[in-house]
Parts: sequence; C-alpha cells; structure tokens
Amino acid sequence: MSADAFLDVQAVTKRFGGFQALTAVSLRIRQGERFGLIGPNGSGKTTLINCISGTLHADGGRILFEDRDITTLPAYRRTRLGIARSFQIPKPFTSMTALDNLRIPIEYARAGHHDGVVDEAMGILGQVGLAAKAHVLSAALTQIEMRKLELARAMAARPKLLVSDEAMAGLSSGEVDDILAILFQLNQRGITIIMIEHIMRAVMRFSERIAVLDAGEKIAEGRPEEILANERVERAYLGE
Amino acid sequence: MHGGRFALVAIAVVAAGLLVAKLGFNQYYYFAAYVVLQYVVLATAWNILGGYTGYVNFGTPAFFALGAYTAVVLIKSMKAPLLAQLVAGAAVSGVLGLAIGYLTLRLRGVFFSIATLALAVVLQTMFVNWEYTGGARGFSVARPATAPLVGNYVQFLFVVMLALAVVAVATARWIERSWIGRGLAAIRDNEEAAECMGVPTLRLKLVATTVSGLLMGLAGAPFPYYVTFVEPTSVFDLNYAVNSLAMPMIGGTSTWMGPVVGAVLLGTAQQVATVTISSALNLLLVGVILVAFVILAPEGIVGLVRRLARRGRS
Repeated sequence: MSADAFLDVQAVTKRFGGFQALTAVSLRIRQGERFGLIGPNGSGKTTLINCISGTLHADGGRILFEDRDITTLPAYRRTRLGIARSFQIPKPFTSMTALDNLRIPIEYARAGHHDGVVDEAMGILGQVGLAAKAHVLSAALTQIEMRKLELARAMAARPKLLVSDEAMAGLSSGEVDDILAILFQLNQRGITIIMIEHIMRAVMRFSERIAVLDAGEKIAEGRPEEILANERVERAYLGE
Repeated sequence: MHGGRFALVAIAVVAAGLLVAKLGFNQYYYFAAYVVLQYVVLATAWNILGGYTGYVNFGTPAFFALGAYTAVVLIKSMKAPLLAQLVAGAAVSGVLGLAIGYLTLRLRGVFFSIATLALAVVLQTMFVNWEYTGGARGFSVARPATAPLVGNYVQFLFVVMLALAVVAVATARWIERSWIGRGLAAIRDNEEAAECMGVPTLRLKLVATTVSGLLMGLAGAPFPYYVTFVEPTSVFDLNYAVNSLAMPMIGGTSTWMGPVVGAVLLGTAQQVATVTISSALNLLLVGVILVAFVILAPEGIVGLVRRLARRGRS
C-alpha cells in the first residue's frame, strides 16, 4: 500500500436489489488534492459518495482513509475521523438558526472542543458570507444561502477530506464563482476536496484530476484536458 | 430560568404539595390531582421522544402498564415497598424503551408509530393471559395501612406523584438544554445530515427511547396502590396513548414547559368534565381541542405565547 493514497477506494460495489449501482469502482486520492467526479445522471456518483461518507455501506470492496479501513464504520465515526460532506439537496436543521446548525458539527464531530463554540461558528459563517444571517432560522434562507450553509456546516466539522455533492446546481454564474472561491480557499488550507458537479466550467477549472463514472463503472480518469479529449467520455455524455 | 432558580422552584413545589397533603382537603381533590400529575409525567416522557427527537410513540399504555404490572408482581411476590416498586417499574419499562430504540434502526416515521401501537396490543394480550397477575379478571391490591409523612395513603401518593413529576420535568429540561438535546433536535430535523455531522444517531435515539420509557414506567408503578385494582383494559387504556400525545402538542413540543402546560390544562379540564358532565366526554374533548390546536396553533400554547410576546416587543 503506497503512502500517498489519502483516500483509497478499492473495487467498491453496491447493489440495490437487482440494480447494480456501482461495479468495482476504485479511486486513489492524494492528500491535498482537488479531485473532480463527473458522469451522466444516474451514473452512481452520489452512491459512491454515500459509500465513502458512510450513509450507505458498500456490498463489496474496501475503503481506506489514511491507511485505516473504514468500510464498515458508521457515518458519524467517519466524520470524526475527518470526512465531511455537503448534500446535493441541502438538508439544513430547519428548526435551528444558521448559527445553531454549525454548533452540531462543532460539538459532535470533534469530541472535547466545547469552548468558544459560538465564536467559531460565527467565524465560519463569516467566511462563507452568512454572518448577517446567523440568527435567521435556516428554513428561511434562500437557495444560495442554504448551499453556503451546507458548506459551512461541513467546514465546521474541521474535515481533512471534504466531499462537495453538486454544491452549485441551479446557481447563477456569479454564485458559482462564490462557491468555487470558498472551495479553493479551503483547499489552500490543506483540505482535500472531492467535487461532484455537472457544471463543466467549474469542475474543469477546479480539479487537478477527474474521474468519470458511467452506469456504475469508472470509464476514465486523468487531468481535465485528458478527460475532455477522451472519446469514451464524450460518448457517455453525448451518445453514439 | 437558570438551573439554581429551577431547583429552588422544584423544591418549593414539592414542599407546597406536602403542605397541601397535610391540610387534608376532600379526598377527591387528591385523587384528581394525582391523575393530572400522572399526565404531567407521561406527557413529559412522551415529549422527550416525540417532541425532541421526532419519533411519534403511540405505545404509551405499554410502558405505563408495564410499570404498573411490575409493581403488582412485586406486591404479590414479596410485598415490596413503594420505593422498590418505583425503581423496578422504571427499570423494566426503561429496558422496553431500549428495545424500542433498536426498532428505529429500521422503522421511521409512521411505521415506527404503528409498531409502537402494535406493541401495546401485544403486551395487553400477554397480560390478559398471564394468570399470575390475575389475567383478564384483574388483581386486587391492599394498600399499606399507614402512610409516611402524611397519615392518609391517597394524600401520600399525591405527594409521590408530585415528586415524580418534578423529577420528570427536571430530566426533560436537562436533556433539552444539553448537547444531547441539540443532537436529538438535529435527528428530528434530518437524521441523515445529523449522522454525517458526527451525531451518533443510534446512541442518542437509544437514550431518548430509554429515558422516555423509564419515565412512563415510573408513572405507572404507583398505579396499583392508587386504584387498588389492576386489570388489563384499564392500564392499557387508549386514553394514555391519546393524552400523552395530545398534551405536548397542545402545550408545545419544543420546550419542557409545553407538556406541563398541556397536561395541567387538559388534565384538569378532563377531571372537571368527568365530574360535571360524563367521563365518556373526555376523549371527545381531547379530540376537538387537539384538532383546533393543530390547525390554529401548531407550535402549541407555549409557542403561541412566545410569538405574541415577540410581536408585542417589536
């Protein structure tokens, strides 16, 4: 096992009844990397993310994080090890203010850090531009604000690996740039990032390497320009 | 209310109750107050799981009856004192709560609720067929001749239930304000997101179901001495399921105060209706009030008052 695999996904397979959602997908992601995951709708991107974050458990294969086998760990344990995610459809804690939304990961993801919770939460809200909304109920936020809150909540868990699941779907190009800037900033602080995205402009600009899923199989992996030139990828997206 | 002030109020409430018990009013008032206080315990217990965590439990009678029948077994087998009955009743119902907690792994939302309803039916059938506790015929209990503190046993039970209510409310209040309460709220809002934010959802749900079940058993344990006759249809009464759900909904599910307000108001109204009109009217009364609140003030009385106060300030 080479030391440079920070997250090592080994031949992960997932079935839902008779439907094969993932077939022996392997990924090796290095520490500090910006990694893009793309593919047509229904290709298994979110299923793969669910298997990595622990909301689903793989039927076959192994997942190693920092050389530790996490294949069967429950999701909350993985979060505590340093894997955080945002959801494709924002899932804020609707009965809480934006500030209290961040208290959950601060109090739970890092056991023993209970001093200065409010200050820390305010700081993170400031970084994503939500400081003015700290005391607003999260259910009353706009779509872009909810997506920023998703990211802020994941950041509050102090992750080593952040998985961003379509954080930009449905946003205007200015808003996409906002989110991209936040992700670049996090990466500069040493956080490894996996970005799932349909907005090609964003993924191509952001990612150092990209993997392409189609019908549950990895059909390509490489630098953005290699992916753009790949014929199989083109066929997967545009048909024969 | 701060912790210190809350503790003072709690002690004052129990002391006042003791004084009221010593004064020796008409027996009926102690009987009626006991029922209202019993509902404070049940509603508070229900709210820990239903209000804080978002798992609606229709099985209150199962936990309540298990507490009562545990006391019956202790009385019959060894004439155990009331304190032992309370501890054992709470423990047995707490274990049942823990078991129900594991159900939440597979059953969510309405499916969980149906399972809890089924649990009450299954347990009732068991006790109907268990000869040791009298089966369907029921079991007569003789109260101890004398009561500590206050001479009369009904008055003593009133003080006991008041103390239990204070314990239940204090427990709910502590959970609500601690990191556990915020974790439960996260589970209620979105269980998947909570788990991904590091909340050990299963463990917290087990805490909620166990504490909730334990408190319900605690409410049921003094019941044999209270009515002196225990039979399945009365301890597995649908009223317990409906009331323990309706009272927090009417009072407000988001704070410990809600179930208390709901139980005192609705419980008292039911007692008055029983005496002045008929006991059959109780369920109708609850139904109508519940429907009115769900439509007009879904956040309950406490939520309504807070909203009005906020509007008044701004």
